[in-house]
Amino acid sequence: MDYVHLRRQAASLRKGLFDQGYLDEQFYQLEDLQDDASPNFVEEVVTLFFRDSARLMANIDQALDKCVKDFNKLDVYMQQLKGSCTSIGASRMKTDCSAFRECCRDENIEGCMRSFQKIKREHSVLRQKLESYFQLLRQAGPVECATRPNK
Amino acid sequence: MASYTGSKSTGREGSSQELHVLAVDDSLVDRKVITSLLRKSKYRVTAVDSGKRALELLDTEPNVNMIITDYSMPEMTGYELLKKVKESSELCQIPVVIMSSENVPTRINRCLEEGAEDFLLKPVQLSDVSRLCNRVLR
Repeated sequence: MDYVHLRRQAASLRKGLFDQGYLDEQFYQLEDLQDDASPNFVEEVVTLFFRDSARLMANIDQALDKCVKDFNKLDVYMQQLKGSCTSIGASRMKTDCSAFRECCRDENIEGCMRSFQKIKREHSVLRQKLESYFQLLRQAGPVECATRPNK
Repeated sequence: MASYTGSKSTGREGSSQELHVLAVDDSLVDRKVITSLLRKSKYRVTAVDSGKRALELLDTEPNVNMIITDYSMPEMTGYELLKKVKESSELCQIPVVIMSSENVPTRINRCLEEGAEDFLLKPVQLSDVSRLCNRVLR
């Protein structure tokens, strides 16, 4: 197996995630926390994020389905989701969460629905890309630290 | 990363490896990250998901050197936890640090006035933890 090629693919995918705004500098912080004692830290955190965010999004879906919209509750759920996005550096999702919260403040249910659809799309794309990235890393085997992309 | 410092600064002597930090956050992701940040700074960490569990632990675990808690949590906020700690004769000497993803000056001031050692904006960085622990736990 061509490990060099796999590593290059992983590095390219990672660079793309930053260049296209899916991830921000907070992701670097997670990478800095990864070490010999926690060799899979980043993947573990990301896995937790997707598990937790799926739960939060299901709560939001249920709340949006109700006839009487509780904007306070929706805002609380979205604040939690936004917090998690911030913690892993999920930049685009974070921005979309903010947009949703503004719609909650304006009690604009259609705006909330639109924002939420966008959040779901971004969530799905980010999940797909990060899963591919970690799969490549696993296939490539233990690597030296990736260099940060040029800004 | 911005932080807001209270006027008080208490500390306990001892090597960093002996110091025990109680981290309180209802977010799974944030608990994992703050735990890692603290362990990387060589502190022993216990992480719980609520103010209620934090108080239960504080009842049974005598050696907590610092509490770092999220502000926004269901049932008991970090502010409410801070108040309970500061109102307790047994716990009031433990430094409490609040974390929040929202920069709300009234919230920050309220926590500092209630006796919080510091107020950190999320996402908390390794440099925040190092600076904080050096100051609060020296």
